Amino acid sequence: MIHDTTIVFSRELRPVLRDPFSVIFTMVQPLFFLVLFSPLLPEETGLQWFVPGMIVMSCLFGAGSTGGNLLFEMQTGSHERMLVSPLRRPALIVGRALKEIVPTMVHSVLIIAITIPFGFRPHAGAVLGLLMLAIMCVGLGALSYSLALASKNKEWIFWAVQQTISFPLLLLAGMLLPIEGGPAWLQFLSKLNPLSYLVNAERELFNGEVLTANVGLGLLAAVGVAALGLWVGTRQMRQAVA
Amino acid sequence: MTDTMIRTSALTKRFTVKKETVEAVRGLDLRVTRGEMVALLGPNGAGKSTTLRMLTTLLPPTSGEAEVAGFDVVTRQREVRARIGYIGQGNGAGHSQRGRDELVSQGRAYGLSVADARTRAQELIDSLDLGAVADRVVSSLSGGQRRRLDIAMGLIHAPELLFLDEPSTGLDPQNRANLQEHVVRMHAEHGTTIVLTTHYLDEADALADRVIVIDHGKLIADDTPERLKADHAGDRITLTFDSEDELRRAEGHTLGIAAVHNGLTLTLRAAGGRHLVPKLMRGFDEAGVQVSAVEVARPTLDDVFLALTGRSLREENQA
Repeated sequence: MIHDTTIVFSRELRPVLRDPFSVIFTMVQPLFFLVLFSPLLPEETGLQWFVPGMIVMSCLFGAGSTGGNLLFEMQTGSHERMLVSPLRRPALIVGRALKEIVPTMVHSVLIIAITIPFGFRPHAGAVLGLLMLAIMCVGLGALSYSLALASKNKEWIFWAVQQTISFPLLLLAGMLLPIEGGPAWLQFLSKLNPLSYLVNAERELFNGEVLTANVGLGLLAAVGVAALGLWVGTRQMRQAVA
Repeated sequence: MTDTMIRTSALTKRFTVKKETVEAVRGLDLRVTRGEMVALLGPNGAGKSTTLRMLTTLLPPTSGEAEVAGFDVVTRQREVRARIGYIGQGNGAGHSQRGRDELVSQGRAYGLSVADARTRAQELIDSLDLGAVADRVVSSLSGGQRRRLDIAMGLIHAPELLFLDEPSTGLDPQNRANLQEHVVRMHAEHGTTIVLTTHYLDEADALADRVIVIDHGKLIADDTPERLKADHAGDRITLTFDSEDELRRAEGHTLGIAAVHNGLTLTLRAAGGRHLVPKLMRGFDEAGVQVSAVEVARPTLDDVFLALTGRSLREENQA
């Protein structure tokens, strides 16, 4: 299983390694928010508050849309070719989901590097934050792939669902604006969103609070989403027919 | 080790499309032995690809059984997959990948070491004339180049049994001839058992030792192309006349062979057409009937399909 997963993982990663600039082009979205939105934030929030949220956002949009690649391979025939190979079916999704760690980490490090000259100061706890983010992006990646498998022959479903889910998740996790000031119903919805816990945890970790309840909840949310994603994805890949 | 590579019994696949049950494959009994080159021939929608998908473990059968390379396609999927090669209708190589990378990862997927996979990839790149494009991104290759890459991918582990689903669809005549040449070579040099689906009559005729004709999910004939033609369709003798009058008079002198009348031509179907023509001519001479042209055509697989189903495969494909 590890052998098979490694093969799938390295196959997925290879185009990225062959053309590293492609990773940078896919991170324009968080960059726009940094440049065009963060200056509008009130004084007391600032980059120390905003940047950790942007890192989670890049994971949400990056890993969340990665199923589109599988969808394309389902149309062209290379997914079918993998299904006929003796690679274990779960490896086909686990290897793909694990690959999401690489672009997510590259994006995060770039976002941090870009914002440091503008006054952002990450604490060493950020390393733990990135680790948690890696776990979350594996989960989101696996869910995105599952959605792609479920949208077989109906590509529009994938994009419709992905877009419809991504934006509420983004807004309710308080990535752009604090949720605390909002109405009770919105705060309640925010508590249902696993990304809210991750965003809170990242903010504390990047600002030097490591052993807190929020960090624990964030880790729990990341592990929970990863477990759910891999479970759903593995089940679907086992049943995949072509 | 048995010599049977494929054995199916009452293999059936039903789909439910818009609450209607479609029987794509109905109770198929097949047997393919080691080293054969078999073509599944039939019109679009006959169930050829569905059959192939079941044999390659891509689709579970609704009922019936199939054993491929000695293993059941439902309960022993991994064993089957490890032993077969499959070249589907689409492109096996990912469009954002480079050809050589895909060949190596394909080799790895079939258990080759990195070094062996590289060596094997290079061999196939050379033999399929992909040297100039192997290190380019797949999406930049032409249709013919991609198809050759697909074949290389299907052959990476030198499978004992290779399935090709409509291998030459969408290729220009030159690329199609090229591809057929590769298939023939592979079969001759390595004794690979090959099962291919096609709706090109000439392709089935040129490549296959045995042709299995499928229509509406059922096997309707199974034999060598020569025997199929001999058994199901005679030679076609076409007689052309200068006038309706001559033609009408000729109709009484066709040696009892049924003639189909179309414009100023009469078409007769009979075995041994070349030997019949002199006899026919003598008869016409004696009756004073003038024939302006005679043509004898060997039967094609289309004639076989026409004889078996009453429909022309050539027309079905154009529809």
